Amino acid sequence: MKVDRVAIRFLRWLVFVCVLLCGALLAQQQASPTQTQDVLIKNAVVMTVTHGNIKNGSIYVKDGKIAAVGENVSAPAGVAVVDAGGKFVTPGIIDSHSHIALDDDVNEATSPITPHMMMMDAFDYQDKAIYRGLAGGVTTSLLLHGSANMIGGQAVVIKHKYGLGRDAMLFPGAPRSIKFASGENPKRVYGSRDQLPSTRMGNFAVQREALVQAQDYMKEWDTYEAKVKKGDKDATQPKHDLKLEALADVLRGKLMVQIHCYRADEFLNEIAMAKEFGYKIRAFHHALEAYKVPEQIAAENIGIATFADWWGYKEEAWDAIPWNAVISMRKGVRVAIKSDSDDFARRLNQEAGKTMRYGGATEEEALKMITLNAAWIVGVDDRVGSIDVGKDADLVIWDGYPLSSSAVPNKVLIDGGVYFDRSLPGFGMPQYREGQ
Amino acid sequence: MRTVVGPWSLARITVSVVRRPSSVVRGNCAVCRPSSVVRLMLVAGCVALLSVGAFAQAKPVVLKGGKVLTITHGVIENGVVVMENGKISAVGAGASVKVPAEAQVIDVTGMTVYPGLIDSETNLGLTEISAENMTNDLIEPSEEIMPHMHTADAFHAETALIPVARINGITNAIIAPTSTDTLPGQDCFIQLDGKSANEMLLVRDIALPLNFTGEQRRKESWEKRKYPSTRMGMAAQLRQAFIDARDYESKLTEYEKKKEAAAKDNKAEPSAPKRDLRLEALLPYLHGKKQIVLAAEGPSDLETAVRLANEFNLKVVLNHVSHSQAVLDYIAALKLPVIVGPIYEAPKPEERFDGVYSLPAELSKRGVKIAFATYDAHGVRNLPYQAGFATAFGLPYEEALKAITLNPAEIWGVADKLGSLDAGKTANVVVANGDPLDVKTDVKRVFIGGREIPLTNRQTVLRDQYSK
Repeated sequence: MKVDRVAIRFLRWLVFVCVLLCGALLAQQQASPTQTQDVLIKNAVVMTVTHGNIKNGSIYVKDGKIAAVGENVSAPAGVAVVDAGGKFVTPGIIDSHSHIALDDDVNEATSPITPHMMMMDAFDYQDKAIYRGLAGGVTTSLLLHGSANMIGGQAVVIKHKYGLGRDAMLFPGAPRSIKFASGENPKRVYGSRDQLPSTRMGNFAVQREALVQAQDYMKEWDTYEAKVKKGDKDATQPKHDLKLEALADVLRGKLMVQIHCYRADEFLNEIAMAKEFGYKIRAFHHALEAYKVPEQIAAENIGIATFADWWGYKEEAWDAIPWNAVISMRKGVRVAIKSDSDDFARRLNQEAGKTMRYGGATEEEALKMITLNAAWIVGVDDRVGSIDVGKDADLVIWDGYPLSSSAVPNKVLIDGGVYFDRSLPGFGMPQYREGQ
Repeated sequence: MRTVVGPWSLARITVSVVRRPSSVVRGNCAVCRPSSVVRLMLVAGCVALLSVGAFAQAKPVVLKGGKVLTITHGVIENGVVVMENGKISAVGAGASVKVPAEAQVIDVTGMTVYPGLIDSETNLGLTEISAENMTNDLIEPSEEIMPHMHTADAFHAETALIPVARINGITNAIIAPTSTDTLPGQDCFIQLDGKSANEMLLVRDIALPLNFTGEQRRKESWEKRKYPSTRMGMAAQLRQAFIDARDYESKLTEYEKKKEAAAKDNKAEPSAPKRDLRLEALLPYLHGKKQIVLAAEGPSDLETAVRLANEFNLKVVLNHVSHSQAVLDYIAALKLPVIVGPIYEAPKPEERFDGVYSLPAELSKRGVKIAFATYDAHGVRNLPYQAGFATAFGLPYEEALKAITLNPAEIWGVADKLGSLDAGKTANVVVANGDPLDVKTDVKRVFIGGREIPLTNRQTVLRDQYSK
């Protein structure tokens, strides 16, 4: 009996060593995580988003960027070739409203005004939700503060390079965004504690008051700086206030304002407030009643990041209709479909496909809602969101037609590197292995 | 309570269940006599109250020229479906079917025709606005053993959610309580059309969920912890409930015997045992007359719950098994049907991205009869997309389609009436402009009991109002 146990232990050890060796060998064969490889993807149906579909198209990726795209693309000899075998290739999906990888630290719900909260400080780069989104074709996400506060924190923009370190996952040079919210959520959170705000009146009063404070703060600093400039040595420096500094950046136009907002009347109030204080709203998020006032939203060049067909989960989502995206789009609103959920982030392509059924979006319009339009909301549309020369090589090769129920990414490239490959065993990631 | 994340989680906070100390007065009816009760109960247990909705079909309807997905006998290109008196009277290829003279003939050339879809677990009619608790009748949280709750008693026929679900061809559904009790109460089976709840309820008390996923433990915090706070507790409590029901039944039988003897001997009638609604509700299940829908996620929960069910010879349909990939052969060997999903359930950290997505394919490959469910109310219309998605992970297309039509009909014992396009079945028929499982497909016509249902709802009204 004892001999058996020893034998088993030895066998176990042997298996362990083999696994380690194989792992090491495989790891050696893979490109190092940060290295991108020049590659020619050929024999694909390239859905460019900006200039139609290219049947039998090719994409030449050089130094992590799209160097050429078209029917006849030449690449230097020796460049790695991926034969897409007639599969569809789309730009990487962009999720313009996500709360993944924040370790549930999404809401600093202790005050309705917390603009100095940095989602970067909560970012958990090892969260498997990043991987699952990646496996669904998502390459860029805007990680936002929650909606408990009228003015929440500042967002972080990531690329889904799962397996790399924290800083390697940040979208370099992405503009800063701040999350505002209105409606039921702040009402419920603070109202349940008998605090302000507990009504929509309270909501907007709290928001206005904060912005007035920021104006005063800016004035204080302007006065001080003017005095210093004049050579006034007795001028006392005002206090640096992180919170008001952040709000001042809203007023200075340095932060893109992303507003969680459901009802038509609230869009109008938020637009009026933005005009009153002189800042721009980048996008209304959820925006389930956008179809009621699309002209007013379009006139301000405000985008919407909405759901395809989610509704009824609360009173302010009761008038949600699945035609919202297309009705708003036809009236000139820039529309994105976003996830706001670990789950939807894994199949945003299907959600976009629904807009073709509800309202008859064209294929390109539907695809735009999860690529270029979403990129615009995040403020990175010059870098990603379409298959155009000069853009980042964030690409998805699909098994199946992407805007359908039965499509699944075969390979996902970010900056030219393959970060997901369905055909690989384990997690399907050259850059990541369990236990790393 | 969970941290607030986005709009949904906030909604969840409001609907999250507040557990109160139990102050439930047990159902107690001194007036009813047990003998009659037992008889009634057995009748209810044996008879499925399948009836055609009272909106009668006025005249025969013929769908001509479509691609007919019969489910039972293949695909008929350029097929004909005839509906008469609420039933399908004929299905076949173009020329072979006799069309009744007075029929309304609808040309559906280029369209796909298929049976109404069946969702095997929903909360339709038990909720309106999730975050508004007064609109919710989803679960009794005060205690875990609540088999005497009947979803049929709460079912709200006029819910705005049903016309929304119908626009995607969902014609039948199981209505279940939510799953935070081990025995939360009995499911009913509905048809998504009718003038009242009575007309829509095809089978009351069709099955009893037995939830064993861990979610039922009463352990939100140390302060609020109460029995059962572990899986051991859950199992012990369930076992006790079934043993109590068994004892209760022996008492009833004994009483009946004594009563008979007394009548024979002309003696005074013995006093009847006190009626216990809770235990009484378990009896049809103890007799294997009705099905237990056994929900478990991981292998240990599953095996424990199955062992428990076997102790009492319960008739079982499995539910979820989302994280039981390691014991698929064990599941197959049980020879039980599985309500699978939702396949969008997040994988465990150690599972691959497609660990749950591929479950339907893996089960089906092993010969397990599967059916899909949305486990939802507002999202019931999206039922077919789960089936479509499962095909991307290896589920054959025909099996995917069966898993929302014939398979659920068979599992719920209504396959003589529903689940395929066959003569003699209820005329629940859908006409769409493409693949029923795809998100781009638009459903053009829905017939329930042969009657064409207007594809309008709260949302189409708003759409029309604002797109003028």
